[in-house]
Amino acid sequence: MTWTDLAVRLLLFLGLFFYAAGTIGLLRFPDAASRLHALTKADNVGLGFVALAAALQWGSVAVAAKIAAVWLFAILAAGTSAQLMARMAKQEDRDGS
Amino acid sequence: MTSAFELILCLMILGTACVALFMRDFLAAVAFFVVFGNLMGLAWLTLGAVNVALAEIAIGAGVTGVLLVLSRSRLLALGEEISCGPAKPWLRLGAAAACSVFTAVLAAAVLSIAPDDGLAPVIDGLMPLIGVENPVTGVLLAFRAYDTLLESFVLLGALVAIWSLAAPAAWPRAPAALRMTDPAALNVAGSFGRLLLPVALVMAAYLVWVGSDDPGGAFQGGTVLAGGFLFAAMGGAIGLPRSDNSALRWSLVAGPLVFLAIGLAGAALGRFLAYPEGTAKALIVTIEYSLALSIGVTLALLVAGPPATTETGL
Amino acid sequence: MTISTSLGHLFPLTGAALVGLGLFGFISLRHPLRQLLAVNVIGAGIFLILGGLGRGEGVTDPYPQALVITGIVVSVALTAVGAAMITRLAEERRAAGTASDQPKDQGP
Repeated sequence: MTWTDLAVRLLLFLGLFFYAAGTIGLLRFPDAASRLHALTKADNVGLGFVALAAALQWGSVAVAAKIAAVWLFAILAAGTSAQLMARMAKQEDRDGS
Repeated sequence: MTSAFELILCLMILGTACVALFMRDFLAAVAFFVVFGNLMGLAWLTLGAVNVALAEIAIGAGVTGVLLVLSRSRLLALGEEISCGPAKPWLRLGAAAACSVFTAVLAAAVLSIAPDDGLAPVIDGLMPLIGVENPVTGVLLAFRAYDTLLESFVLLGALVAIWSLAAPAAWPRAPAALRMTDPAALNVAGSFGRLLLPVALVMAAYLVWVGSDDPGGAFQGGTVLAGGFLFAAMGGAIGLPRSDNSALRWSLVAGPLVFLAIGLAGAALGRFLAYPEGTAKALIVTIEYSLALSIGVTLALLVAGPPATTETGL
Repeated sequence: MTISTSLGHLFPLTGAALVGLGLFGFISLRHPLRQLLAVNVIGAGIFLILGGLGRGEGVTDPYPQALVITGIVVSVALTAVGAAMITRLAEERRAAGTASDQPKDQGP
């Protein structure tokens, strides 16, 4: 096993750890805002680590650039949808009280 | 190791399908349907069918999910109920029995067929003739071009069917607006939509271009285009066009017309939809680009629905 | 070029189960929008049977792949027409003021 393989595994493991943390947060946190917090923050870090691992695994600059673009748009989309969901949840709270 | 992964994947597919079908809250059910579609995409990836995975995730999960959520909110706005009481016990029991028997028969039929990629070597042998390297594109645009031609007309026909549902007073106005009504949400969606639309255009063009040699193609590119249009419309960055807009109508028929014209030219030179030697790749790429444009616009309008008199958004 | 049957049949069998599940949902769910979702599950199952049976050593037959892509696009067109009809029927009901005409009467 080369050093690259080791690094890929380590990054994947880290990514999975953050994904697991985000999922546990989603399942265990009490309200919409804290669930979104767990989901968007932890999962985006997880995605970053998995993307790094994938880029390292391929070892090509072109592929790495594509993966970076995918990662960038994934976090942009996550940020946008989290904002929209948070606003909806807030509105529902207001309507409810 | 691999088989364990596949087994877990299949169980998750079945589980999410169950939740999507039988969850009481329809919005949550659609969320699970989207997860189901993404897991199906993963299954296609496992099968090495990257083209299908792209199409399944973009169309099967993405566009269908948007359609279902949109229909739900339109029905709710009309004062309809989405939830429904459980069916009568005898009906459920009978349906369960009948569906179990049907599934068993289907499974037996499936087991009697050995998985086989017998056509792959045949197609591989024919690929050099058309100059593209993605065998799926080869099948779609050359070996079974007839199917794809008819399919592009099916899409057009579906849009005509939806347009024909418009109330007489609404024709030929634009479909009911997709823009969000909450100003802050509109702002958020609008900024992302304005960013996404040009990226979606580039991405669609790229997907069609690489589709000749690598996974991608007209359907995948067209769907990305439709996604960009829809999100921009939800954010209020673009409005929806009136149904009698001539630019709109030309972009709807561009794909099928170019395809048909090239097919008929082939008929004049020999056989319907046969490409003259050496020109196959150029013609395929031409057809794919016009198809992607038409598919993108058609899919976006299929989601938007029939022309409407109301100006209210989501 | 076939692979071991136990593994090769996994996805097609999942597809068969999906068809059964979707069919049960289609019959037992009494709302047209839910039935539309069920039709999509049936479709996904059929695609998985079709594509999964084309599985070979390492590659999957491109021919069923192309058919499945065609099928996915046709099924989304069908879903769109169905959704538009369901919404339109609801509009008509509202216009006619027959609130008693519940959607659960619109079974297959």
